Amino acid sequence: MNSISLAITVLLFASAYFYLGTRASSAQRAAGRRLHSLPHYYGLFAGLLAAIPALLLLTVLAIGDDIIFRSMALDFVPDEVKAAKTYKEVIVLAQITNVVDGINFGEQPQWVHDAAAAWHGWDSTSTTLKTITTLSLSLLGGLFAYRRINPDFRSRNAVERILMIILAGSSAIAIFTTVGIVFSVVFESMRFFALVPVSEFLFGLTWNPQFEGAERAGSGQMGLATYGSVPLFVGTFLISIVALSVAVPVGLFSAIYLSEYASPRVRAIVKPVMELLAGVPTVVYGFFAALTVAPFIRSTGMSLGLDVASESALAAGLVMGIMIIPFVSSLSDDVLNAVPQALRDAAYGLGSTQSETVRQVVLPAALPGVVAAILLAVSRAVGETMIVVMAAGLAANLSLNPLDAVTTVTSQIVTILVGDQEFESAKTLSAFALALTLIVITLGLNFIALQIVKKYREQYD
Amino acid sequence: MDTQIMNIVDQPQTLEMSNIPAETVGDVHVERPRMTARNVNVFYGDKCAIDDVTLDIAEKQVISFIGPSGCGKSTFLRCLNRMNDTIDICRIEGTIALDGQDIYAPQVDVVPLRARVGMVFQKPNPFPKSIYDNVAYGPRIHGLASSRTELNDIVENSLVRAGLWDEVKDRLTQPGTGLSGGQQQRLCIARTIAVSPEVILMDEPCSALDPIATARIEELIHELSAEFTIVIVTHSMQQAARVSQRTAYFHLGKLVEVGETEQIFTKPQHEMTHNYITGRFG
Amino acid sequence: MTEPRMTETGASMISPQEAAARVEAGLAARRGRERRFRAYGRIAIGIALAFLVTLFVSIFSKGIPGFFQHYVTLEVTLDSARLDPTGDLSVQSLYDGDARGVIRAALYDATGASGRSGRKAAGKIISAGAEQRLRNAVLENPAILDTTQRMTFAVDDDVDSFLRGFIKRETPEKDRRINDKMIGYIDALQEQGLISFQFSDYLIFGSASRNAEMAGIYGALIGSLLTLAVCLVLSFPIGVATAVYLEEFAPKNRITEIIEININNLAAVPSVVFGILGLAIFIGIFGMPRSIPLIGGVVLALMTLPTIIISSRAAIRAVPPSIRDAALGVGASRVQTMLHHVVPLAMPGMLTGTIIGMAQALGETAPLLMIGMVAFIVDVPGSVTDPGTVLPVQIFMWADFAERMFILKTSAAIMVLLAFLILMNASAIIIRKKLERRW
Repeated sequence: MNSISLAITVLLFASAYFYLGTRASSAQRAAGRRLHSLPHYYGLFAGLLAAIPALLLLTVLAIGDDIIFRSMALDFVPDEVKAAKTYKEVIVLAQITNVVDGINFGEQPQWVHDAAAAWHGWDSTSTTLKTITTLSLSLLGGLFAYRRINPDFRSRNAVERILMIILAGSSAIAIFTTVGIVFSVVFESMRFFALVPVSEFLFGLTWNPQFEGAERAGSGQMGLATYGSVPLFVGTFLISIVALSVAVPVGLFSAIYLSEYASPRVRAIVKPVMELLAGVPTVVYGFFAALTVAPFIRSTGMSLGLDVASESALAAGLVMGIMIIPFVSSLSDDVLNAVPQALRDAAYGLGSTQSETVRQVVLPAALPGVVAAILLAVSRAVGETMIVVMAAGLAANLSLNPLDAVTTVTSQIVTILVGDQEFESAKTLSAFALALTLIVITLGLNFIALQIVKKYREQYD
Repeated sequence: MDTQIMNIVDQPQTLEMSNIPAETVGDVHVERPRMTARNVNVFYGDKCAIDDVTLDIAEKQVISFIGPSGCGKSTFLRCLNRMNDTIDICRIEGTIALDGQDIYAPQVDVVPLRARVGMVFQKPNPFPKSIYDNVAYGPRIHGLASSRTELNDIVENSLVRAGLWDEVKDRLTQPGTGLSGGQQQRLCIARTIAVSPEVILMDEPCSALDPIATARIEELIHELSAEFTIVIVTHSMQQAARVSQRTAYFHLGKLVEVGETEQIFTKPQHEMTHNYITGRFG
Repeated sequence: MTEPRMTETGASMISPQEAAARVEAGLAARRGRERRFRAYGRIAIGIALAFLVTLFVSIFSKGIPGFFQHYVTLEVTLDSARLDPTGDLSVQSLYDGDARGVIRAALYDATGASGRSGRKAAGKIISAGAEQRLRNAVLENPAILDTTQRMTFAVDDDVDSFLRGFIKRETPEKDRRINDKMIGYIDALQEQGLISFQFSDYLIFGSASRNAEMAGIYGALIGSLLTLAVCLVLSFPIGVATAVYLEEFAPKNRITEIIEININNLAAVPSVVFGILGLAIFIGIFGMPRSIPLIGGVVLALMTLPTIIISSRAAIRAVPPSIRDAALGVGASRVQTMLHHVVPLAMPGMLTGTIIGMAQALGETAPLLMIGMVAFIVDVPGSVTDPGTVLPVQIFMWADFAERMFILKTSAAIMVLLAFLILMNASAIIIRKKLERRW
């Protein structure tokens, strides 16, 4: 039986136990005995014990078997193949799994066929094992619960305890996700730093992973890839600066106007319209940047006699800025509204104009919050991917001129990791190192911003 | 027995419903008015908060507004320097004049108006700036000082007159929010008088303060009345009796009675005023 | 009183009159500053709205024409001997047959094309998808064999571009992709009224194709639907369970605190990182296949979890404690109180958060690129384990193609995506307005 029909069978068992349990306890109640809990709690207890352990076991087995098979399949690889310089586990495994799946690209050596045949054998054994263990666990679990049904058994408390474990387990998923992220990024990064020194990665001025292992055209020698990430961070920084110089003034002044000047009617219309900008998917912004904004900037620049790259940082940054405007404006709006009315009253009572009140009283009071909002916007800009992938290009130029083409951390990660890749090469691993630094930067910015906001909130609470 | 209980329960209601006079009792006019209000109505949306109030505010005198919560005394006070302009749904009818000039006339700018009619609020609200900057804020925005020394003089003078100078002269650069409640309120008074207003409006300035701080502020109000026209809203009848020369009693948006403080507290002419000051309700 | 008064400290005080005069003197400049400041605010809002309008105009102006394309109607003689050589109407037999020849013959008739070069030029007018369409028509209704039918086929995308005026007649022949002969034939078809500009059925019902005139979003739409279904099935129960646990049951200790910090941090992690997680864990370690909606849904679920948890917690917090007290007071257990009272009352808020999270997931691209949903997949995925792509990724792939028609169709696809997003957000707003209680 395959995994899905097994799961369905387990659920059928569970509902049978639920029915039996409910019926048995109802019968006892009908016989005049006082039950501790309502009958359906006894049924639920039996059903849950029949379903949950069995389903968990099934999940583990279903995910686990492939992992075991692959390590076992590698035993079939002859030593001379392993010894070869071009040997890659992934490629060998792909060869074997293709044969297993019945896909044949050309002639495969005998050992591949052997491994595939063995794989088929393991597969059927494992399926049998899975079926037997899962179903018997389900039956036994249900039976165990069913036999405990007696009027004194506190089945509601037991069911509630199980429910509590499920709830707590759900909230642990957040931790597992974080652990998963750290695990997937840190380990591969460490492997990368075993190949490329940390100092070269952090301080190197050229980013050129393309030549990894390939023969450089015409030169007849193996090219050397270089992994200096400085140009990527400078590019990210440059595009973020452009984005913020659009988003911060526009967003902040919009927020000020909407919270201090606009009539409720204007606010009720303009605010949601501006928030539409936040709902537009980033891929749409990327398309807009690449197809409309970049050519426009290029032709404008050309007519002014400037040399503008067709994938200029300015175009990507400008569009990213548009994307971040509602982010800055709604965060600033919250912050401005948190400034107590008493301060505004004090300023107005002294005869301040509205702008004097805003500039000299409200903004200084809201400054920490505004700074936090900007930091969060920076973290957004740094982590934004699609706009830069589509509009910023891949040229790792070390430049601070917004008219040049630059590349960013996120667009390199995407470029390196999209499509088939070998987990072994320094080029692939470099993407994980980039991701690690990206996470550190965005979480750092976020942490600082939240601390500022916390302090700021305390000030006015 | 039963009827007696009924009476006690019913009393406030009958008072509210029937006894408010159509005309204000007492003399609403004075000899040298600084501010005059004529037939003022204030609406919050559809709700009428002030109903046909006519009142003169005499020069260099303290007038106190008393009355139960929600009677409209604070609303009326905020009309005197147009602080209600900041509330969108608030609408005002009738005329309020400062030195014979209608402050709600279309050509009037609230900025110079508020410089002439300053305000101190219920809760001390110093800016999150230094003590010096708090007091210097008004003179700075209005361009009152032509030099640094003049500004220093204004700040010092204002703090002296607010009775705060000796306590803060060594820490002018420290934040105003670090002072005690009473000191903060005196700082706010100093901040207001630094602009050299003609009238100072005080909206329950002592309600957030302890008795000692309250006594200091009352003393200060007394001193300031030599130079400024002061309007004070207060919950405390004792305070009204101590600091003001005239008292106006508001009830449900109406000005019920106005007169010399002594007369109001000893021989109130209207039954409601009598009931209120003797603590029958409120 | 007009004289400056001296106080005991010796500092002079400005008289109210003098003060009023000085205030008056500075007023004009202050009013100017006020006006300018207010203008900055208006300009800022104007800029933001102008950006929005530019974005939408730029997408819609290309997207609306993208919903249409040019078709040519031909009198096709459906000769069974040529179309179905085996005569059993099997798919194989139809593929062996000469559908192309049949269509071309009709085309030559309509255009009057003759000679080798003339026929070659005429043949280029019609889309490569025409044969498939003809075969499908025959399969659907074999009765049309050996009759003459008026059938409508898409024109080639270059011809479409010419008909839309993107390829100009004035351009020298060698510089354009349509030669003079073809233009002659197109003119002939137009004179006979055989060319029509109508709603593009390929866009909605077609799947990924390298031929612009045949490309459509159907496969991607189904892929998006499957991915979103997986995402919803995982993230909604887990998100709600987490929120309930943290708000109602979690002990206030280190572990709870760590979970809360974790959730806030996950909300700040760039979406591309979730893609890396999917790539490294699900594909790298668990050995699951690439490009499948199942993994896409799992990755998006992990990404949207913080959104759902945070809004669900807010919804639970908005349920007044008096409700809990009432239920506990009549002897309900804490779990019963939660299940019977708190969760139902908080449900509208939880649903709103979930819909907003789903809208985010629907528009997300970067993490799906990482797990290989960017592959060129013609087949429509039938289940969550079939390789597929999603709408935003389809848009991303099409955006790379330079053909004019791809640009139009990309914009049209974006409009479809935006329509779904607006629908979802609008329903979230309606749920919030209609169902959410104010306490």
